[in-house]
Amino acid sequence: MTGRVTLPRIGTEAAWRRAARGFLSAGVPPDALRWTDGEAPQGLFDTEAEVPEVNREIRVPRAFAAMSSAVIWHSDADRFDRLYAFLWRLQREPGLMRDRGDPALAHLRRMEKAVHRCKHKMKAFVRFREIGDPEATRRSFAAWFEPTHHTVEFTATFFSRRFADMDWRIFTPDVSAIFEDGQLRFLLDAPRPEMPEDASEGLWVTYFRNIFNPARLKVQAMQSEMPKKYWHNMPEAAAIPELIAEAPARARAMAAAAPTLPPLRTARVQRAAEALAPDHWSGPQDGFAAALAGCTRCPLHHGATQAVPGDGPATAALMIVGEQPGDLEDLQGRPFVGPAGQVLDAALQAAGVPRAEVYLTNAVKHFKYVTRGKRRIHQRPNTSEVHHCRWWLEAELARVRPRLVLALGATAALALTGDGAGVMRRRGTLERGRHGGDVLLSLHPAHILRTPDAAEQDRLRADLVADLAAAHRIASERQALPATETG
Amino acid sequence: MARLSMKEKLAILSDAAKYDASCASSGSTKRDSRDGKGLGSNEGSGICHAYAPDGRCISLLKILKTNFCIYDCAYCINRVSSNVQRARFSVEEVVTLTIEFYRRNYIEGLFLSSGIIRSPDATMADMVRIARKLREEESFRGYIHLKTIPDAAPELIEEAGRLADRISINVELPTDASVKQHAPEKSPDQIRKAMADVRLRRQAAKDRSHTGKRPPRFAPAGQSTQVIVGADGANDATILGQSTRLYGSYGLKRVYYSAFSPIPDSSSRLPLVSPPLQREHRLYQADWLLRFYDFQLDEITGVAPGGNLDLEVDPKLAWALANRAQFPVDVNRAPREMLLRVPGFGVKTVNRILGTRRHRALRYDDLLRIGASMKKARAFVSAQGWSPGGLTDSADLRARFAPPPEQLSLF
Repeated sequence: MTGRVTLPRIGTEAAWRRAARGFLSAGVPPDALRWTDGEAPQGLFDTEAEVPEVNREIRVPRAFAAMSSAVIWHSDADRFDRLYAFLWRLQREPGLMRDRGDPALAHLRRMEKAVHRCKHKMKAFVRFREIGDPEATRRSFAAWFEPTHHTVEFTATFFSRRFADMDWRIFTPDVSAIFEDGQLRFLLDAPRPEMPEDASEGLWVTYFRNIFNPARLKVQAMQSEMPKKYWHNMPEAAAIPELIAEAPARARAMAAAAPTLPPLRTARVQRAAEALAPDHWSGPQDGFAAALAGCTRCPLHHGATQAVPGDGPATAALMIVGEQPGDLEDLQGRPFVGPAGQVLDAALQAAGVPRAEVYLTNAVKHFKYVTRGKRRIHQRPNTSEVHHCRWWLEAELARVRPRLVLALGATAALALTGDGAGVMRRRGTLERGRHGGDVLLSLHPAHILRTPDAAEQDRLRADLVADLAAAHRIASERQALPATETG
Repeated sequence: MARLSMKEKLAILSDAAKYDASCASSGSTKRDSRDGKGLGSNEGSGICHAYAPDGRCISLLKILKTNFCIYDCAYCINRVSSNVQRARFSVEEVVTLTIEFYRRNYIEGLFLSSGIIRSPDATMADMVRIARKLREEESFRGYIHLKTIPDAAPELIEEAGRLADRISINVELPTDASVKQHAPEKSPDQIRKAMADVRLRRQAAKDRSHTGKRPPRFAPAGQSTQVIVGADGANDATILGQSTRLYGSYGLKRVYYSAFSPIPDSSSRLPLVSPPLQREHRLYQADWLLRFYDFQLDEITGVAPGGNLDLEVDPKLAWALANRAQFPVDVNRAPREMLLRVPGFGVKTVNRILGTRRHRALRYDDLLRIGASMKKARAFVSAQGWSPGGLTDSADLRARFAPPPEQLSLF
């Protein structure tokens, strides 16, 4: 005849400990006891055994205490019998916990692992729905969950550590956990409650559907970690069959779809992005000409013969910046050699500035034009082209470090100061350039050529000469700019 | 353009985020909200709250702040030249989504990334604002992973590191040349500088001052990175070489390998292939051997023909098959290092063997109970009452593990 030991379904752990210690201290052998949590059917001749008082100190290895505190939540009816039998042996074989090859221990370890896995899955797969007022100071949530083992009590403290600022209930067919105002309690066999629809659930399913990559279907990998038995309590799982069914076709469609052309705004966005990150070409100086020659930063290179770099001594005190190469400059590859260049040369001479001492360059390095008949007609470069070409102008400024820059015309003003408006009003004044140095504004010599009235031409020519002379004087007087980084 | 609903935005911005493999939520500081003043906890080990049918775990709400981007990386769905639909979340929307999902136990926290809009600084500042609002206004104690922008200002990186558990920067491709080719706006030097900076900040945050005061923690769960496999010609030896350098140089927690996956709107610069999932798997195995099994890089790549890992057998088995002279290993005598090299033995198995053999000699059955995969290990170990005999050196040993050759179909 064996004695029956019935343990309660709530507070099982403490009851098991007390009973096991009692029987152990009284020397009751495992085969004289039949342990149950009250759910298993009663043996015919079993009588409830009285738990003896603990009359001596019972010591167990810490590893056993940790293992048993998990195993008691296992769903197998024989879990307590196995634990007690092992505990009985442990009193006589103290090293037993370390023998991983022992079949009884191996079995208990497997049960422990199953309970821990169940606990872990419960932490992961419980899905709350809001059951109270979302605006309440303490919000309320509830969930229905079906664990494989009796893990609710074992896991509930995880939820009270995590969700302490809200009320929550986790209902299960077995034990349910209720957390209200910071107090945790348990209920037996509570009925499954009705839970209202929750709008966040729809968003969550949307997220689940879209984070899935149909090109890499690995259904087994999913199912080994998220077994089907959990699916019916997880809102997102309803989408799985459809996602799997559609995946091959979606993957095929991706492969079959021809690469598309970039949308129209691509170029605009990229231009804007480059303008936002003004920087200049940096590399070994002897590589400058070659790098400039290969420039494709804007579409102007398509029509031009060559990019025209600046010309003059690398130590020049004065840098003169024009607009862009014209027809002749484009062919010769040197700046200011066409009609406007001749006007400039004459003005330089009149102002007493030797051209050989000045560094001459353009804001834009490629020739922009439209063809009329057999002639190429100059076109003013647009803002974007000027911005693109600052890459090179800033590089020249960084190399030459002129004491003063003279900007000829609106385009040069735009490139150097960021503002190309009202040049005639601003001419003759010193402004702070974007490269960190001073810029003197003046008019472009081509403007003189385009002016029909001869008297007006003379007046403009005098202005240009005056500006050149002033620039030369300031540049000569000035010390070299301190070595600041530009761009 | 019509205003997008929350649901539409979420669809676009989670779809845009799925090519980032990392979803880890482990290894940060332990904290909880038992004081009732906040929401969330972090207990060391991560939790995968769901799995998608692609086998990847869903632990964090992984979304982009916006999928507008001024960069043009050929492999990326969000590149400026892609025709994908664009959307952007406001700071409040991301915060609300995170909190509402967290309260329903859907997620462990937030993994926030973003396309580059306006400028790197502006983009990073938006991400930092979200993290700050979550931490300071919502008292959120869950996990936050921020993908940082390499060129962002140091103050922003500093604040990101204080608010987030993990920060990461993707190296994207295995070699500098392929980064330059496929991601022209990204600079490999800049990415490495950013990773070095994070390492230094993490170190600085660990040093106590002379009064014993600890500075604020900086990204306590460390930094990680991702590299795309199969988009360029780099072989596995190159990829693993890069990983070894990254682990060594910047103290990374993880290098994620992401098989280059077809994207809905592909670039003509980068033709689509079906994702090399098996190769990705072998790389992870090799990565583990390097980090936890004391394998050296040349040992793994030495048995990889043409610098690529054997797709049919795992790298440890490949090494054992090529070094059979070192086997069989006596499980009752062999040192730990040698046990770790046995195919089918993991770190846990080895620890259990070492614990058990202090009591008695191990037999074949014991190894089964301990959890060793004896199907693999049996040819490489001897135990009491078990000797593999001629099996270790048998000519068909590899064939026992490799998948059977596929018969070609006849017309």
